[in-house]
Amino acid sequence: MYGNDFAAPEDASGGGLLGEVEAAETALREAAARARRGGPAPDEDLEAYFADVIDADQKIEPRDWMPEAYRKTLIRQIAQHAHSEIIGMQPEGNWISRAPSLKRKAILLAKVQDEAGHGLYLYAAAETLGVSRDELVQLLLDGRQKYSSIFNYPTLTWADVGAIGWLVDGAAIVNQVPLCRCSYGPYARAMIRVCKEESFHQRQGYEILYALSHGTPAQKAMAQDSVDRWWYPSLAMFGPPDGDSTHSEQSMAWKIKRFTNDELRQRFVDMCVQQAEILGLTIPDPDLRWNDERQSYDYTQPDYDELMQVIKGNGPCNRQRMEHRRRAHAEGAWVREAAAAYAAKRAEKKEKVAA
Amino acid sequence: MSEPSPLWEVFVRARRGLSHTHVGSLHAPDAELALRNARDLYTRRQEGVSIWVVPASAITASSPDEKDAFFDPAADKVYRHPTFYQVPDGVAHL
Repeated sequence: MYGNDFAAPEDASGGGLLGEVEAAETALREAAARARRGGPAPDEDLEAYFADVIDADQKIEPRDWMPEAYRKTLIRQIAQHAHSEIIGMQPEGNWISRAPSLKRKAILLAKVQDEAGHGLYLYAAAETLGVSRDELVQLLLDGRQKYSSIFNYPTLTWADVGAIGWLVDGAAIVNQVPLCRCSYGPYARAMIRVCKEESFHQRQGYEILYALSHGTPAQKAMAQDSVDRWWYPSLAMFGPPDGDSTHSEQSMAWKIKRFTNDELRQRFVDMCVQQAEILGLTIPDPDLRWNDERQSYDYTQPDYDELMQVIKGNGPCNRQRMEHRRRAHAEGAWVREAAAAYAAKRAEKKEKVAA
Repeated sequence: MSEPSPLWEVFVRARRGLSHTHVGSLHAPDAELALRNARDLYTRRQEGVSIWVVPASAITASSPDEKDAFFDPAADKVYRHPTFYQVPDGVAHL
């Protein structure tokens, strides 16, 4: 939770997200320290062996045997996660040249650089499953793999950079913290790294909104307008409701996912309400209210038909985002070729010297 | 389309006196660019003072299948540990 930096891991549940990341990291180390069973016995059923490792909360590593469907679902999930980081640079990159102060601009640059880094960590994690990054990039360019629906919304004002940090990165971190305990080792380790950096993003976004909402009436109105536009798309980031989620059940059994879409969405709403109060901004949901019985907030669900439309490619910016990505890839081809030719020339020279 | 650029494994030493630790991997056309990218990617927040990059193709890994047989001999040679030896009472500095 924002501002709850130093929560001890033991009281972290439901509290500090960073605390939960720390706890996941500790659990990872402990799992590694526990005497781990070796490979499967020669006559052992591989499925049973795999189930055993998952049951014991140990990590599956790249060279371990795994069911083909587990491998496929992880490739899909990690790749789409990586694509999201890369496409996600665009809406914010849109404001780099127009950031209102040098400090804000430097911070935004650092943040967008982090997103590129997250994309690379994730592509690297996906590659341990036996695909190449180039294949995955091609799948994205061909429109055969998706990225997060949220990046198909436009950034219309500077306040949107704040709303993205607070709400979008906030939703991402709520989603990603449990992934720090995912059963696939390389993904879990990448998520620990990503979450630590993501919480910088969430805080910088919150700070932008805080400065605006405590500034002039025009600034406050701009902040409110951006929260009004980003609230429901952020809720939709958690995916379709549990009843309609195609991959959830199997992913939970494999301990890739730890919580359902709806559970995470609820957690996000619960933590945003208090944060919005401190901002002095209103969450654009007239039916948002505390439910004493459930000890959670009741809220209005996002428009899932709209979510489906955006995922299908019919959101406000889908075409623009993909065009931009394809153009960068195509126009960068000669640079990649030049780098490869230069590397080959240098390698050849080295060989000659060695000979 | 050009050849995909090769994969590099990255090792970072956090401080003097510690060992290099594997932190991840990246693609780059040559060692120099791999090193520069590793600097940007893995040491943006002062995580290290020294970086090694190694072409992934140069690494040979042991296989998890042979894990038991491969590492078993360590278990029956307890005399490799100093705790195996009895020290008579009263001996100092041993």
